[in-house]
Amino acid sequence: MSLMNKRAFLAAALACTARISACSKGGEGTAAGGEGDIKVGILHSLSGTMAISEVTVKNSTQLAIDEINAAGGVLGKKIAPVIEDGASDPAIFAQKASKLIESDKVATVFGGWTSSSRKAMLPVFEKTGNLLWYPVQFEGNECSPNIMYSGAQPNQQILPAYDWGKQQGFKKFFLVGSDYVFPRTANLILKTHIAKDGLTLSGEEYQPMGGTEFSGVIGKIKAAKPDVIYSTLNGDSNVAFFKQMAAAGLTSKVLPVMSFSIGEQEAMSMGPTLVQDGYAGWNYFQSLDNPENKKFIEAYKAKFGADAVITDPMVHGYVDVDIWKAAVEKAGSTDPAKVRAAAVTLDAIPTPLGAVKFIANNSLVQTGYIGQSMPDGQFKIIWNSPTAIDPDPYDPVTFPGKTCKI
Amino acid sequence: MDTAFLTGQLFNGFSVASLYILAALGLALSFGLMRVINMAHGEILMLGSYIAYLTMLVVPGPAGILVAMVMAFLGAGLFGAVLETGLVSKLTARPLDTLLATWGVSLIMQQGARDLFGATGVSVQAPAWLDGGITLGSLDLPMTRLFILLVAILVLLGMAAILRFTRIGLLVRAVNQDRPTAAAMGVNVRLVDCFVFSLGAGVAGLGGVVLALLGPVTPNVGQSYIVTAFLVVILGGLGSILGTTYAALMIGLFMALSQIVVDVSFAQVLTLVFVIIFLQFRPQGVIAVKSRALDGE
Repeated sequence: MSLMNKRAFLAAALACTARISACSKGGEGTAAGGEGDIKVGILHSLSGTMAISEVTVKNSTQLAIDEINAAGGVLGKKIAPVIEDGASDPAIFAQKASKLIESDKVATVFGGWTSSSRKAMLPVFEKTGNLLWYPVQFEGNECSPNIMYSGAQPNQQILPAYDWGKQQGFKKFFLVGSDYVFPRTANLILKTHIAKDGLTLSGEEYQPMGGTEFSGVIGKIKAAKPDVIYSTLNGDSNVAFFKQMAAAGLTSKVLPVMSFSIGEQEAMSMGPTLVQDGYAGWNYFQSLDNPENKKFIEAYKAKFGADAVITDPMVHGYVDVDIWKAAVEKAGSTDPAKVRAAAVTLDAIPTPLGAVKFIANNSLVQTGYIGQSMPDGQFKIIWNSPTAIDPDPYDPVTFPGKTCKI
Repeated sequence: MDTAFLTGQLFNGFSVASLYILAALGLALSFGLMRVINMAHGEILMLGSYIAYLTMLVVPGPAGILVAMVMAFLGAGLFGAVLETGLVSKLTARPLDTLLATWGVSLIMQQGARDLFGATGVSVQAPAWLDGGITLGSLDLPMTRLFILLVAILVLLGMAAILRFTRIGLLVRAVNQDRPTAAAMGVNVRLVDCFVFSLGAGVAGLGGVVLALLGPVTPNVGQSYIVTAFLVVILGGLGSILGTTYAALMIGLFMALSQIVVDVSFAQVLTLVFVIIFLQFRPQGVIAVKSRALDGE
């Protein structure tokens, strides 16, 4: 055989793994309003793999801004959002963050989803002294004065779910996750707690991002016979995991699965029957019963369609804007440092999450909930933490001696 | 480590291999005959998955999946024929150009699926008769996996039968051995090319249907299988059906058995290392194809 053919084939295999990364599209920024408006940035992936999740957070952020503008704005001025596309690429997130701060001169930025996008933007915000409002639950282990972490810290999502599991009498835990920073850190925390409590870790398995072949993992689960699975799988892998678990006779009734990345939207798109009876841990479910939540769901559906579903990060994106507004009013200024100082000393304000407030470590005090998936794709809340939990970026059992002092 | 787990992994190896066979067979065929590297092959798998989704909307119930397989085979085969006639055959004089052209097709198809069906993906429900499994002692074999294994075996047998016993099969073998001579003897090589390309696409379409039973149907579902499919074709010895089968079994079993000791991510690394080492010692692949088409340019 000629060498040429083999070369060509290898070239083909290589080209297969290559991705054309979306380059920045000029003119995406949509700066509205005129002189005297307060400009803020919204920076989410509107294209690429993460778009499916982040577009809805952008929507709810915009909804909050519209509502504030309709009610007279902040400090007597209208808020003018500048929307940019992070294109599911951390490097573009960093580049767009600089653009928003340095050329659009925004007062603050709402955005980010993946931990890698946040970590890429962090140096930009620290260098410019601006403030990023980050709406998604994450692995903790980070603490910056220039980021407001409104999504759950591990002790507000993962550990409450673990405590719930202990209360249910589960003794043998099996950990499954996608292979990146959030699942690895989350499982590190779970493992330390399982060991400290004298319970059994039946196994720990990682799947490459987007991987769909679970036969080996399921074989190990069957051999280990755990009481419960804690899953930090992300994205498409979830569909394959639940399908192959069901085919192997392991439905949620036989072997419960607690997921940290499946919300209302994911359940709907996976087909609710696939995850039925499974558990999820979040700080918000659409079924949460309070007047602010009812009002929010109604307003969102009126603006974005009656069949829209609401998820935890969307609500955090919405709440971030309201708290920013309250902080600006308290500080009497949009200066990021003053706003941050005001934000962490505000009293709790009513939101769809319940009454919440930031504390000095730049994270949100909030309640942990466990929901059980129902046939219509919604979650029935079956447990909540007895009180709102103070956020802690460094779990004292896993990271002893580390604290977040800002 | 109990025996049920070990035998289970052995079964999983065959199961994974059967998926690779369905994904790689078309690639091996079209390369062996035409030296065409079809980068859109993964997207033909995806096409099969979406055809399955659409068919099962129209034909729900237990027979849905069987109808879907027929539809996907025909639909993907037809698409393959159009792709071959409209694009690939125009570029056969410069085979490397087909690589770029079909890559373009692959990108267009991914974006097309995203625009038509959304980026979220759709779900295909396995029919009730594929639920559950067969229990052999302490070993549970899921029905879906057995079904896929059966499909792969039938496809291989069917393919071998076509090549060995039919007239078109005879022509395919003739062109494969020596294209100019076959053409000189009056064989319509254009027709043979188109037939083989279309048959390979049809098999990929079938592969797409069975993938939908195991995983998500998304615009990039093909991407996760195409790399392994290329590996299988290289390892098998470019262009041989038997070699492709052996290579798929080797990679499938290697993946499954290495997962006994390591996790999935690392098993993939080990598999690549295995393929590299294997090709160092046997660069012609498992089975060396004797074909004028593959003898130097």
